[in-house]
Amino acid sequence: MSAECLAEPRPSSYFLSGVRESIPITLAVLPFGLLFGALATEHGLSLFETVLMSATLYAGASQMVGIELFNAPIAPWVVVLSIVAVNFRHVLYSATIGRYLDHWTPLQRSFGFFFLIDPQFAEAERSMENGRRISFAWYMGLALPVYIGWVGESWLGALFGRLIPDAHAFGLDFILPIYFLSMVMSFRKRPLWLPVVGVSAIASIIAYRTIGSPWHISIGAIAGVVLGALLASTATKEQEQ
Amino acid sequence: MTATTTFWIIIVGAVFTYLTRIGGHLVLSRFDRVHPRVEAGLNAVPAAVLTSLVAPAAMEGGPAEIAALATGAVVSFLGGGMMTIFFSGGAVLIALRHFLS
Repeated sequence: MSAECLAEPRPSSYFLSGVRESIPITLAVLPFGLLFGALATEHGLSLFETVLMSATLYAGASQMVGIELFNAPIAPWVVVLSIVAVNFRHVLYSATIGRYLDHWTPLQRSFGFFFLIDPQFAEAERSMENGRRISFAWYMGLALPVYIGWVGESWLGALFGRLIPDAHAFGLDFILPIYFLSMVMSFRKRPLWLPVVGVSAIASIIAYRTIGSPWHISIGAIAGVVLGALLASTATKEQEQ
Repeated sequence: MTATTTFWIIIVGAVFTYLTRIGGHLVLSRFDRVHPRVEAGLNAVPAAVLTSLVAPAAMEGGPAEIAALATGAVVSFLGGGMMTIFFSGGAVLIALRHFLS
């Protein structure tokens, strides 16, 4: 019996290792949760609406876009469209990660995909790359602390927004780009990493300067993905010849 | 906007956001075999999306921000792990913001 236990760790140990790996994400996201809560009340959202938004949308960038637009003189469907535009990249995430989740039940998949935010996706991809199977327990161990933190921070930010210290002096406003950079770098051993990074960087910057935020995220992402697909096809053709 | 409108924008936005999070999988799982080109494209997703999140922020940033990201990249090439990149980049950012302001 003990040998079996050694061969197949219990779900709780997977869950706990997910919790451990969630710590840097929780830290990186923390100032943004507080900031969102503070900005949301400043823009006239009630405490209930602020917490509801974090609990149901659960997507920082699109929540910021949303609160900017609530007061703008535009139709409600335009606000929804803008939120969806920011979140469109998640389509790529679920297509990418879904390939590795055949061993999940449909219920686990429909529940788990709710938590598929940027860092969740990046950590899951990294885990696959290191040859580990993505267990549902590990995935939820990673997801739940970040989710609970995000909702709690929005609530705290909404209540005590004025007490937040000078975010700029502590570098808190730029912590997320540094975190995302470290994730970009962690994929550098993948084939075509450098060309993909180069093309996505150029495309997203041009889109940011011309069309504007939030479209630069989807445009930059699609440029890199298309390049990856094109270069791979020429590489396989060369191999065949 | 009225409170009810705000409420429904949040709910409808959340439903559509959930659809983006499950949609890619639902579409892809209808196919028995994934075309190699699609496969290669999906393998490029992490680098492509994460870069698109960072690059404009780097462009908009001043010397402190660019130096912080450059430090992170160099530390990574030297073999530093996630946390080392994270904290060295953060330290450079805070230090330079104090000295340059």
